[in-house]
Amino acid sequence: MAEVRAEMVANVWKVVAAEGESVADGDTLVILESMKMEIPVLAEDSGTLVRLAVAEGDVVQEGDLIAVIE
Amino acid sequence: MGIRSVAVYSEADAGLPFVTEADEAVLIGPAAPAASYLNAGAIIAAARETGAQAIHPGYGFLAENAEFAASVQAAGLIWVGPSPESMTSMGDKINARNLMERAGVPVSAGTREPVADLDAALAAARQIGYPVMIKASAGGGGIGMSAAADPGQLAAGFETARTRAERFFGNPAILLERYVERARHVEVQILGLPGGEVVALGERDCSVQRRHQKVAEETPSPGVSPQLRAEMLAAAVQAGQAVAYLGAGTVEFLVDVRTQEFVFLEMNTRLQVEHPVTELVTGIDLVEQQFLVAAGEPITFDPATLTPAGHAIELRVYAEDPKRFLPSPGLIERWTEPAGPGVRVDAGYAAGNRVTPSYDPLLAKLCVYGADRGQALERAVAAVAGFEITGLKTNLPFHAELLASAEFRSGDYDTSLVSRLRP
Repeated sequence: MAEVRAEMVANVWKVVAAEGESVADGDTLVILESMKMEIPVLAEDSGTLVRLAVAEGDVVQEGDLIAVIE
Repeated sequence: MGIRSVAVYSEADAGLPFVTEADEAVLIGPAAPAASYLNAGAIIAAARETGAQAIHPGYGFLAENAEFAASVQAAGLIWVGPSPESMTSMGDKINARNLMERAGVPVSAGTREPVADLDAALAAARQIGYPVMIKASAGGGGIGMSAAADPGQLAAGFETARTRAERFFGNPAILLERYVERARHVEVQILGLPGGEVVALGERDCSVQRRHQKVAEETPSPGVSPQLRAEMLAAAVQAGQAVAYLGAGTVEFLVDVRTQEFVFLEMNTRLQVEHPVTELVTGIDLVEQQFLVAAGEPITFDPATLTPAGHAIELRVYAEDPKRFLPSPGLIERWTEPAGPGVRVDAGYAAGNRVTPSYDPLLAKLCVYGADRGQALERAVAAVAGFEITGLKTNLPFHAELLASAEFRSGDYDTSLVSRLRP
């Protein structure tokens, strides 16, 4: 199981992947926006995206859970 | 100058120093820019409520928005900036390029109208020759910009540029230009006077960039000879005259390091972030001149006898990690500024302030002046070491590295300098 967490305070601009999908290591899951910069959040493992903890428009804090891959 | 100031601020910025430093401050909306700093109606209403006579747009958000400038004037207020017409002609990069070409200002090979689709882009690139630069015509801040060395890269870059241009600027028009492989970004400060005269106040070298955004600037440019400088200053004056420019503006050029040829890049119809370096070597307060020009009063200096002296460097202190340059918002715990001869700090934050993810990462501008480049470098090194910011990551360690790098110290660098320091 791999947990993907936010590296910084940011707004969730776009959710690219959906819960239940299979993802490959390096796939873009969501795109965050912070300080006018788009920051793609990538899958750190291959498997099934069992949980997607954010929605577009959410604000995430550093360390917040974004997704779980199994 | 005896002018009282009214600041406008969003909920995210309520605790920042500028709010308390102004004589009055008006809350204009929540953090989201569209609801506050881009909300023309709220800003003009704040001016009316407080009895303000003029609006100075600063250098972000609506500063280059001609529609906003026109609304300010229509509300019976003074716009501290050029006419909306000048702003419109320079706001669109394709239009500006064509206008400059007609005015005799050198431009690079490129498209004279928006590139409609990928087929048109591929055809245009064949004519211009690879590598090409892909740009959003309505763009700025490096957003959507990329270089393409072959048709494959052009296809990828073209789609990205169109999407970003639409999203950030509401206009998908794209232009292509020949890409200069070893280039310096050198810009000229101009000032348009009420009588129609346009004067040039020297150049600034802004080649130290990451993600096509400036990180450090200096004047005079160590890569510009006296003859090249004279040609560039003359071209910048021509550019300003071509659009009947009034007030402070900047004409940006690219200088090809190999050939020493320069081409027009774009014009910024506002004050620039990096204006302090020009102030340090000329002794002129540019913002004061902006207000005097807007009021129709004479400026404080004689352009005929203006001679810049010494050397100035500006280091942009960003809230970002110094390795990958990723944003680092957070709470500022300690903030201690350096001081001493030739050191000037223009800061937007202080200890206890929270830096939010809503806006640019710029925290402060650390500027140094020296009798020559050597002294300016020496003072910059000491000033960076003496600047303490804790609680979040800043790029101060990057500036220390930059100032120690042989390439920057030599003065012989180009716009790829940062990517060489961070391969």
